[in-house]
Amino acid sequence: MGNIAVEIQDVSKRFRLYHQKYTSLKERVIHAGRTPYTELWALRDIGFEVEEGQTVGILGRNGSGKSTLLKCVCGVLQPTEGQVVVRGKLAGLLELGAGFQPDLTGRQNIYLNGSLLGLAKSDIDKVFDEVVAFAELDQFIDNQVKFYSSGMYVRLGFAVAVNVDPDVLVIDEVLAVGDERFQRKCLDRVKEFQTEGRTIIFVSHSPDQVRAICDQAVVLSDGRMVGHGTPGEAVRIFREHLLEAGDILALGHGDDEAGQAEEAGPITVTTTDSSHPIRITEVTVEHPGTGERPYLITDEPLTVSLQYSAASVMTASFVVEIRDDQSKVLLRTVSGDLGAPLEIPAGTGTVSFQWATFPFLDGVYDVSAGVEHQAGAQLYDWKESAAKLEVMNPTKNVGLLNLPVGVTLVPDR
Amino acid sequence: MALEAAAPSGVAGRAKTTRVVASHVSVPKRVAEIWRSRQLLINMVSTEIRVKYKNSVLGLVWSLLAPAMALLVYAIVFGVALKNGYPEFVILLFSGLLAWNLFQTSVLTATGAIVNNAGLVKKVSFPREILALASVGSASVFFFFQACVMVIFLVVLHWRPAFGELWLIPVALVPLLVFCSAMAIFLAAVNVYLRDTQHLIEVVVGSAWFWACPIVYSFAHIVEPKLSAHHILGIPLLWLYFLNPMVPIVLTFERVLYAKTGLVPLTTTHVPTQLLPTWGSMTYVEMDAIVLGVSLLLLYGAMVVFGRLAGNFAEEL
Repeated sequence: MGNIAVEIQDVSKRFRLYHQKYTSLKERVIHAGRTPYTELWALRDIGFEVEEGQTVGILGRNGSGKSTLLKCVCGVLQPTEGQVVVRGKLAGLLELGAGFQPDLTGRQNIYLNGSLLGLAKSDIDKVFDEVVAFAELDQFIDNQVKFYSSGMYVRLGFAVAVNVDPDVLVIDEVLAVGDERFQRKCLDRVKEFQTEGRTIIFVSHSPDQVRAICDQAVVLSDGRMVGHGTPGEAVRIFREHLLEAGDILALGHGDDEAGQAEEAGPITVTTTDSSHPIRITEVTVEHPGTGERPYLITDEPLTVSLQYSAASVMTASFVVEIRDDQSKVLLRTVSGDLGAPLEIPAGTGTVSFQWATFPFLDGVYDVSAGVEHQAGAQLYDWKESAAKLEVMNPTKNVGLLNLPVGVTLVPDR
Repeated sequence: MALEAAAPSGVAGRAKTTRVVASHVSVPKRVAEIWRSRQLLINMVSTEIRVKYKNSVLGLVWSLLAPAMALLVYAIVFGVALKNGYPEFVILLFSGLLAWNLFQTSVLTATGAIVNNAGLVKKVSFPREILALASVGSASVFFFFQACVMVIFLVVLHWRPAFGELWLIPVALVPLLVFCSAMAIFLAAVNVYLRDTQHLIEVVVGSAWFWACPIVYSFAHIVEPKLSAHHILGIPLLWLYFLNPMVPIVLTFERVLYAKTGLVPLTTTHVPTQLLPTWGSMTYVEMDAIVLGVSLLLLYGAMVVFGRLAGNFAEEL
């Protein structure tokens, strides 16, 4: 440990977007020196180091510069400023099967692709059987690659890339290929690489994958590095940027399409009527980090407080509802049911709901609050989405809840 | 922890080469990269040859038929119709064409090498010079096949090449390959930015340059007497003729394979005629050495240009 495998030193990349491309001599002469273009900085002063044996995830929205950064690391693109230093052999998986020649057989392509990744023939001979077995193509290895199905194609591509014995593996969202079983196999292989002490740089849209695999993560936004730290921290920053950008993304639940969140008709209540006997004036969310950070860490205590003002003495229960970003109710709790007094004196006061530990894994949750007649027959007031609750997940667990769990292993004699 | 101990721990400790990705990488470093990727070069050459004739019945024979056809046409035109009277003109022609085809094939295919492999260039990192060099490589393979056909011709026509001077062939072949590589690397890079290059090269190399070499006409019979008397701006035209690096190379091939350095009676008029120059073999060595020197300079220049342009290939394609 301690050796730096990849150094990214203040890398910037400028693209010129030509409005009109002049590639012929005539056009070049006519438009000499005044080809209109706009400059686009796809990357701006990106700098971080990756230690040997570490796995780094790169998160970012579409167009944030993830792929450009990977291409600079692989050497497909050269940075406009700064440089990338790579120690050891690098295998880049920017696109599976990129170097395949459709007219050659699978066997010939393994040799061609292997040498593209920098292997000598004797090295390929050694891993050849393993590649074929991994790709599950034993019967088809002597067929021309153009007759392969797209699944076979990418399987072969992945199989070659992971069997070339790289020191640094760069993966660009290619783990989403093949059927679920093959995906699992790929992930297993990536984990195996980690235990072997190889360095991995990994781009993904899925924060879950980053959390499950990576030791650290980098967040890019508009070509700048906006976050760098533990996966939990990075996922939180990534989500913040998504929210700023106004994207509705179902994070932590695979790669659900944006906008898929269905509008579950919010409860609307006429609160304009000043004759409301009881109203909720404020909803606050408190946790140990309040004031320092905008988020809660899984399993920290949580308090949701409702300020109310009652016109007269009445019988009522307070309600807190926590919903996810798809308006699905995750928790609804009523003060009366929890044993709070039902008799509310006239005037103002505070109702606090306290959780000793709040087990939700990461996500941004909506807190809504209301007050209703104790039997639930009448809703006096309702504050829809009164507060936001952001949770950061420092663990490697994925899902909704962090339930306490232990593990033992006892082999049978 | 147990897993880590069981796993092969060879990765962390082994020797590693450091690679720098930056906007400028020096020529020696890139030459080292190319050398490290020589296996790739070999594979690309074999791919190019395999793919070219995949699914065709005659396969490699096609690569021999094209030059054979050209040979036949020239032989009929100059041997029968126009009657230049050179004895076994086909041999003279073929010796020149042998060298010329290597040059023409490598330059023409190399010019489009980067553009035609855009998919690879945009997705995989490897020294891009390899693509241009692979064109020279596959042209060399075809050169080898044509050389075999040449041997058959010599045997069938009972023609005796200069066996004592056979070593001159590699002496000419080395500068030829260096010259081809220089042109290939330069043109492949320029063509990415200026697609006219491809067409320009087809026109220039295919016609003008070809006729500027003593292939279908004899140097000693036509060029020397006609050009040595003329001057442009005080420079003898013959000197300008030798500015073409292909001239010494073609002459060397003809010297070895056609081998008639003395006076030869023409088949038409029976007048003894000088077809090849009377130079000694050292003159050829000196000429080829100059070509080699010039070609090495050109190659360095081409590498510099290529290095400047290569950084933006992935964006331009």
